[in-house]
Amino acid sequence: MTALKPTPPSDAQPMYKKREPVHPKLVSGKFRSFKFAFMALALAVYYGLPWIRWDRGPDAPDQAILFFADGKFYFGPIEIWPQEVYYITGILILSSLGLFLVTSLFGRVWCGYACPQTVWTDLYIAVERFFEGDRNKRIKLDRAPWTFNKIWRKVAKHAVWLLIAAATGGALVFYFHDAPSLAYNFFTGHAPTTAYVFVGILTFTTYSLAGTMREQVCTYLCPWPRIQAALTDEDALNVTYRWDRGEPRGPHKKSETWEGRGDCVDCNACVTACPMGIDIRNGAQLECIHCALCIDACDDIMKKVGRPTGLIAYDTDKNVELRAAGKPAQKFRLFRPRVIIYAVLISAITALMAYGLFTRSTFELNVLKDRSPSFVQLSDGRIQNGYAIKLVNKRIDPKNIRLEVTGIEGADVSLVGEEHGDLDVEIPGEGVTRFRMIIKIPENAVDGNDRLRIVAIDTETGEQDANFIPFSSPRRN
Amino acid sequence: MSEHDKDVDAATGVETTGHEWDGIRELNNPLPRWWLYIFYITIVWAVVYWIFMPAWPALPGMGTNTPGIRNHSDRALVAESIDALRSARAENGAALIEASVEDILADQDLRQFAMAAGESAFGDNCATCHGAGGRGAPGYPTLADDVWLWGGGLDEIQHTITYGVRQENMESRFSMMPAFGRDQVLSAEEITNVAHYVRTLSGLEEPSDASIAGQEVFEWNCVACHGEAGTGDQFQGAPDLTDRDWLYGSDMATVQATIYNPRNSAMPAWGERLDETTVKALAVYVYALSGSEG
Repeated sequence: MTALKPTPPSDAQPMYKKREPVHPKLVSGKFRSFKFAFMALALAVYYGLPWIRWDRGPDAPDQAILFFADGKFYFGPIEIWPQEVYYITGILILSSLGLFLVTSLFGRVWCGYACPQTVWTDLYIAVERFFEGDRNKRIKLDRAPWTFNKIWRKVAKHAVWLLIAAATGGALVFYFHDAPSLAYNFFTGHAPTTAYVFVGILTFTTYSLAGTMREQVCTYLCPWPRIQAALTDEDALNVTYRWDRGEPRGPHKKSETWEGRGDCVDCNACVTACPMGIDIRNGAQLECIHCALCIDACDDIMKKVGRPTGLIAYDTDKNVELRAAGKPAQKFRLFRPRVIIYAVLISAITALMAYGLFTRSTFELNVLKDRSPSFVQLSDGRIQNGYAIKLVNKRIDPKNIRLEVTGIEGADVSLVGEEHGDLDVEIPGEGVTRFRMIIKIPENAVDGNDRLRIVAIDTETGEQDANFIPFSSPRRN
Repeated sequence: MSEHDKDVDAATGVETTGHEWDGIRELNNPLPRWWLYIFYITIVWAVVYWIFMPAWPALPGMGTNTPGIRNHSDRALVAESIDALRSARAENGAALIEASVEDILADQDLRQFAMAAGESAFGDNCATCHGAGGRGAPGYPTLADDVWLWGGGLDEIQHTITYGVRQENMESRFSMMPAFGRDQVLSAEEITNVAHYVRTLSGLEEPSDASIAGQEVFEWNCVACHGEAGTGDQFQGAPDLTDRDWLYGSDMATVQATIYNPRNSAMPAWGERLDETTVKALAVYVYALSGSEG
């Protein structure tokens, strides 16, 4: 039989491009120094924060920052209960607005200096450099056959990477448990399984993201570069190749004149320094994390060839265009509408949260009516409903609470077990106290579903929490 | 397969398996590498697993299965967890045994512990008959109201739960209403008359000739237990006939049936099945359901 045989197009392009390894060259300069300093600070904060103590009294955890301990979040003096989780949402909203603000002012400084991906990648590259040397040596070593020299360097590098990765995971779980006791339990094998699982997960992610995936995370995995395109504008400071000054580029001999050509000597220093493996001279790119290492690399060359530094610099798109058109550059505009909007939003949300935090309740009243039986009729004909009451005391000190029930005349309210069914109760600090409340109402005062209002009053401060509660009874016809 | 046996598909340049169906041949593409590696990892994992965990059944001389070097047993872990729970509850549990039910109810901490323990024990053991929250059912008393057959005080509830109703032990609540009809103590007419009278006691019907005739029957046969006014006697578990609460129902037919052939229903002696802590917790919980002794 004859079948139609399809033939592949001759210029078929593979859909998948294999990664070309990036070997950034070490540069020196003010941005490199700042990036190292910031890396040290960021790592110190990340690893150190869980170890800071904060005295909260005898029965409370003494860790300054602690998440999900008995469901509660601790930030120094602030204690957030699970039902107040909207404060965490607020913090997240503030964080993203802060990111927007910084981005509209200084471009992608988050990507360049503060993002964990950047910090840990930088750390991993430093380790790599320690064992395998700088860019040229690393490229050579990668091509070299597997000798003992290559093997031990590679093994040592990966071992140190794994150690750092494990420490990173370890530090994370300290945020969720008492750090000193967890550290001890972890190494003696008595820590909760979740601790080991999460250390394992973070070891894997840190090792793979910072060690093997690196710039691909920013380019392919991270949504932030896409979002940022919408956040920056021609007034934002970005790491910029000033093509108005650099072009036309070309090699330059010492004896040649600089007249009629640009300052860029096409030395590729900016390209070899780039941890993302891109050429900044191609303009603003999605891959560029604005780490400014190319600025250091270029400045170094400019000094050597005797030209002014700043061929690559933090600059705005607008100024490059202006200079190219022969006009004077503008001063950096700090107060632009979007900056002001972000700042106002941040202040407003901060104020709102602070107001909520300082005026938030110190106790809560929750009432749940019995559903079975919905009501009973007593031998004297009165209708009785039962309720489960929970009084939540969010403070360490005990409280005196008085309950008041209003809404229907002649309601007989009592708390089971309290003396004389008394409605004045003392509740211990830091916890939930449960009571059973019984309400009896004459049959002729109720009809089907009635509503009562119950108020819990802190007898010392006068603070109140109120609830409406249903009262069920047979419907009168 | 030797080299020249390979059947290569011209369109794709990929070797085929050599299988052909209606002129369609199957390409022999290699498995995706990521898939293959994961497959190999699962094989390695399986080997590691049977070294550490129970795996192979019944090798000679190894009992039911190979134990693995971790000697893991889910059954043992459950037992361990139960022990841990018991010891975690030991402090409050011991306090429940020492304290009287009155003291448990008066103490905020003990009360909360007893209520929680009692609620779960009630759901497991009592709700089958008495209903969730003690709502009751025909023949099974409602525990959430203030009507008690054998007394609604804490001690009385504890006694009833511990020894049961109409059980063989000496402490059990016990009484027997005679079968007035079945044993031919009363005639059918007398039973009808006394049923009418009983229903007038709680205002379910107006006095009539029949009920007046029934009053005499009542005075001769019923007052010993139910009292002259029909208000019952908790010592004998005789229900109050003047209130609105009817264990089996208040319609004429049900009252007649009860007099003709009483049910004399029973409740197990829970002291024989549950520990003292649980019985006390149940007593507190059942008391708190209604909050009144009646």
